[in-house]
This record gives sequence, C-alpha cells and structure tokens, in this order.
Amino acid sequence: MSVTKDEVRRIAGLARIKEPSDRLDALTDELNGILNWVEMLDEVDVEDVEPMTTAAPTKLPLREDVVTDGGKRDAILKNAPRSEEGFFVVPKSVE
Amino acid sequence: MTDFSSLTLTEVLTGLKAKDFTAVELADATVAAADSAQGALNAFTMIDGERARDMAKASDAKIARGEGGALEGAPIAIKDLFAVRGVTTTASSNILAGFKPEYESTVTQQLWDQGAVFFAKTSMDEFAMGSSNETANTGPVINPWRAKGSDEKLVPGGSSGGSATALSAGISYGATGTDTGGSIRQPAAFTGLVGVKPTYGRCSRWGVVAFASSLDHPGPFAKTVKDSALLTQVMSGHDPKDSTSYPGAVPDWASAVGKSVKGLRIGVPREYRMDGMPGEIETLWSQGVEWLKAAGCEIVDISLPMTKYALPAYYIIAPAEASSNLARYDGMRFGARVEGEDLIDTYEKTRGAGFGDEVQRRILIGTYVLSAGYYDAYYLKALKVRRKIYEDFNEAFEKVDAILTPTTPSAAFAIGSKANADPIEMYLNDIFTVTANIAGVPAMSVPAGLDANGLPLGLQVITRALDEETMFKVGAAIEDSASFKAKPEKWW
Repeated sequence: MSVTKDEVRRIAGLARIKEPSDRLDALTDELNGILNWVEMLDEVDVEDVEPMTTAAPTKLPLREDVVTDGGKRDAILKNAPRSEEGFFVVPKSVE
Repeated sequence: MTDFSSLTLTEVLTGLKAKDFTAVELADATVAAADSAQGALNAFTMIDGERARDMAKASDAKIARGEGGALEGAPIAIKDLFAVRGVTTTASSNILAGFKPEYESTVTQQLWDQGAVFFAKTSMDEFAMGSSNETANTGPVINPWRAKGSDEKLVPGGSSGGSATALSAGISYGATGTDTGGSIRQPAAFTGLVGVKPTYGRCSRWGVVAFASSLDHPGPFAKTVKDSALLTQVMSGHDPKDSTSYPGAVPDWASAVGKSVKGLRIGVPREYRMDGMPGEIETLWSQGVEWLKAAGCEIVDISLPMTKYALPAYYIIAPAEASSNLARYDGMRFGARVEGEDLIDTYEKTRGAGFGDEVQRRILIGTYVLSAGYYDAYYLKALKVRRKIYEDFNEAFEKVDAILTPTTPSAAFAIGSKANADPIEMYLNDIFTVTANIAGVPAMSVPAGLDANGLPLGLQVITRALDEETMFKVGAAIEDSASFKAKPEKWW
C-alpha cells in the first residue's frame, strides 16, 4: 500500500496538523518508504495469534470510586496559554 | 580539592558519608562543570545551581545527624521527559515551551526521597523520538567522545543523549533516561556507560511525558553496574498512579552485583548476526561469550526467529500510541498556542508550529495506521507480530537464563551524517534493543571495549521478565572481564 499527496493532506487533517505544504512531496515519499518497509510483516503467519497490547500481563487494578484528588484550580490553570477569572480561555468552539 | 568528575556514584556516597567533602561542595562543582561544558556539549535544557545548593545543604544536615537516604547528597541529572515540580519540563519540544509542572514524577520523587540532588534537566530527541539527539528543539547534543586524532563532532545517541553526555563527561553521578526502543541502552553504548531498561512496569511512568505507553520504560544511566543496580532499585517500585506499575517488591539488586555467574546458561541468538555489521562488533560479541565462558557460564546457541520483524512492528505500534498520546498537545490547557482564525485552525497552527519534523512524521504514520480501513492491515497485524516476538523470548528462556548480544550495530556516528538519509537508516540503530521493549523484558548495556577509532562499544544482557538480578550479575561479570576504564579525553 502507498499513500498519495492527497492522502497525506487528509491524514494531517485527521491529526490536526497544519498542512505541511512546503514538505508535502518529501513527506509523502518518506511515509511511503516507511509503509513499504513495514510491509515486511506480511511474511509472518499470524493466523490465530492473539494481538498483544501490553507487556504487563496483569489485570488493570480497580479502586474505590471516591475522590482522591482535587481543589487545585489555580495549579491547573498555571500553565494555561490564556486564562481569566479561574477559567481557560479558548477559541469559540460552539456556534 | 577532590577531582569529583572521575568518581562513581558509590565512591561519591562513600566520600560524603566519610565527610571527605560536603554535598554542597559536590553540588557546586557539578553545577560549575555543567555550566562550563554547556557551550561545547549542549547537554542540558536548564541548569539550576540554586536548587542544587538548597538540596545539598539539606543533605549535609542529614549526613551530619547520621541520617540520610540511599543517594544522600549525590547529584543526578534528569532527562527533560520527567516532570520536576516548578522546573521547565519540555520533552525538548517547542510545543511544551515554558511548561512548569505543578507535580513531580514518581521516579524523580523517589530519587529525592533517597537524598539525590537535582541540578539540571538534560536534552533529548524531541518527545524521545530519535536515536541521535539531533531532533531536540535546543539543537544537537555533542558526544564527549571523539575518534582518535579527529575533532569531528559525534552524536551521543538518543533519545536520552543529554543524560548520557552529562554522565560520560563526568558532570553527574547518575542520570535518568527513558527507553522506548533503545533510548537508554543505545546512548549508553555510544558513550561508554551502563544503561538499564528494567522490566516493563518496574519504574512508574507517572509524570513522565508519554511517547508510546506500552513500550516506555524509565531507567538509569550509571558509570558502573553496581551504581546502575542501586539507581534502578531506588527508581523502581509499585505506584498506584500508574495502572501498569508492577505491584511486587523491589529486590536488593545492588547486592547481586559481584555474585558468581557459574552455571548460568547464556543464549547467543544467531539472528543478531546482521549483514554489514562491523567486524569489530562481531569480535567484541565473541569476546563477551569467551568472558562468560571463563566465568563458568554455559553458552547455548539459540534462535529468536522473529528478530527482524521487531523494528517494523515497532514502527507501527510506537507511532500509533504516539499519535494518540500526543493528541493532548492542542494549545488549550498548557504549552504553546498559536492563535488561528477559529478553533480548528488554532489546533492545526499550534501543532504545526510546535512539533518538529520527526514528531510530525510519526504522528502522521500513527494516524494513518489507526485510521478506518488500515487498522487491521497495520496496527492489529503489528500487535499479533508483537506476541510472536514475546513468545520467541519465552521459548528461549526455557533453555537459557540470559541472552548476550551487541547493543548497537555500530559505534557513535557523526552529527548530521544521517541527515539526508532515509529515516529507516536512523531507525536501524535500535535493531538489537527494540525487541526487549516489545517483549517488556529487562535489558542492559555494559561498556565492553573500544573500536579501532577509540570509540566505546557495548554488550547487551537480556533476561526474563522480573529477573533483573540475573541481568545485573551477568552485567557485572562482563564489566569485571572487560575492565573498561577508558574515558573521553577532555576537550570541552
């Protein structure tokens, strides 16, 4: 499989990265290089093999559903690019 | 005055306890060495002499009272991926410019609890994506080592290149790193250091900027195997804040160092003999086998047939996880923001400006392999291959107690020498290290010799999950036989 420039544009959109117009040709080639290389995996017979998502073969732990943290509004806002009166200030997101 | 730069962590701790010098003297000397090397080596993203002095003063007070933790008074360099409260933590990325976490990573907290002294954050490949430390937003880090008779600048390896450089230049006594595909072991090999990637889950990932969560392993750099065992011990332990943290107790690994390796079965995987690998690496590997044989180990030829598929699987899984993890950098709640015409435009401009080329490349690959229509063909397939690689190790460990391999397919290379190459050429640096991340098993690199140009090379020891003890024992046996004493000649 390989990707076209249009697909790279579409993927960049999905990833919310500004269209890399000046590097689009090079980037398309690089992505295709990587995609061709990983196709090596097609040689491996994975019939009936369970996908492995973690190297920690344990069940995810559960804990009591109680509040253990909080009351840190100012600490959380400290790194905000913009904030006002205890709120994050963000571009309009609802029409 | 003591020449602190040549001391190991164990020596520094002994000297502090014996009051040969104070923690403040040591901290001041470390900060001065860091400041004076920064122009030439560019290893640090920030240096904080004041905080170092304050922490050292507290250590001196404890030592005076006959108290103190396992690392009391020892300066430890911290990779810029670890959150340190109130200190800029940027992952060497513009998108986190100026970010000062209001919390502390579990691993660094454990270091401070044992008396370690903070003095600097170290540079890294942006978001830990790289094998040369050339993708940092603050520019490349320079390896203190140079080829004999040459002043060409070499890479320290990556992604934890700043930590490796600091320690190998004698500026610190231990350093933290993270290893997702080889990012501790490869730079350790390139700079003549010991580098440890413990079992997945031993060291908490909480407060460590995430790259690929199922593959990310915090771990230490050290000058000796014993130092590395002590540091791994302090950094490990169960953390309820990381759901994949291993709940079992942390053994006393430092005391395993120096124990006999007699009777251990050491596997030599035939698939690690790569075409085009320099003869010197092959020779060093055989030398390692001879050393362990002489120490009483039994050598067993083994096969890890899935080895060559580990890197391609990694370059699907790691970017997939990265594209998901890095979705949080949207310029809304923290980090840099580039204002756009509307919300989407602001996201896109922020991420376009904030992420470097390699990070963007990996996010795009990850987004693609997770996108509708390609998920099964790429991502699910890679996860299945991952299990086959894991099973390879399980089978091998029925026959052997440890596996010995080279750490890297070459010694350190020149800055910029792979700049125009295909990205895959850089990725191949991790060919021997990435398998242990995929399987989650512990692995370490031990400096074992110099190549013809006088550059360090490392050997890698891999053991069963949770059997760091055997890894440290075998590592120490190699260290003993190699008696690697070489240091880079000071030019910085």
